[in-house]
Amino acid sequence: MVTSVTNLGRTGAFDWLMQRVSAVVLAVYTLFLAGYLLASPDLDYAQWAGLFDQLWMRIFSLLALISLGLHAWVGLWTITTDYIKPAALRFIIQAVCGLIMFVYLVWGVEILWGL
Amino acid sequence: MSSKRPVNLEISTIHFPIPAIASILHRISGIIAFFGIAFLLYGLDMSLSSRADFSAVADVMAHPLAKLVVWGILSALAYHLVAGIRHLIMDMDVGETLEGGRLGAKITFAVSIVLIILLGVWIW
Repeated sequence: MVTSVTNLGRTGAFDWLMQRVSAVVLAVYTLFLAGYLLASPDLDYAQWAGLFDQLWMRIFSLLALISLGLHAWVGLWTITTDYIKPAALRFIIQAVCGLIMFVYLVWGVEILWGL
Repeated sequence: MSSKRPVNLEISTIHFPIPAIASILHRISGIIAFFGIAFLLYGLDMSLSSRADFSAVADVMAHPLAKLVVWGILSALAYHLVAGIRHLIMDMDVGETLEGGRLGAKITFAVSIVLIILLGVWIW
C-alpha cells in the first residue's frame, strides 16, 4: 500500500483508477479534436471560435484540462519517486510540476471563458 | 562485498527487453507531452483571440521550425496515447504473458510509427 504523503489519493488503488479515468477522458478529447480538424481542412476563425463558443465544448475542454492535471500528477509523481531519491529535491520538482498544472488550468479557463 | 554473484559490465551485451523500451518511451513521451501542452495552449489562446491572431497562428505554422516542434509534440502525444491504450487492454488481462508483452510492445511501436508518419504528412 502506498503510504507517501505526496501521492494524489490516499491509496495506490485510487491513484491507479484516477490515472485510467483521466486517460480515457484525454483520449476521447484528443481523438475528437483530431477528427474535427481532419474533417475541417478549410477551417476559418468563425468556425473555430464558434466551436469553442458552445457551452458543451467549454465543459468538455475544462474536463480535459482537469483530467490533464490529475493524469500528469500521478504520472510525474511515479516518475519522480522512481528516479529522484533525495526527498527535498524531489519535493521541489513535484511542486514545480504542480504549479505548471495549476497554471495550465487557470490559463485554460481564461482561454475558454475569455475573462 | 563478499558477494560471489557474477558481474556483467559488458555494456554491448546488455540491452532492455522490448516491453521495457515501450515503458520508458511511455514515460519520456508523457514528460514531453506535459511540457508540450504549453505550446498547444498558447496556440489555442492565440487562435481564439481574434481573426488576426488566428491568421498569425496559421502564418507561424507555415514556418518549418514551427512544423517540426508541433510534429514532435504531437508525435509524443500519439505514442503516449497508443501505449496508454495498450495499458488499458493489459488491465483487462489481455497480453499479460511474456510473449504477449513483447507482441504488444511491437504492435505499439508499429501503430505509433504509422501515426507519426501520418501526422508528418498532415502537418506538411
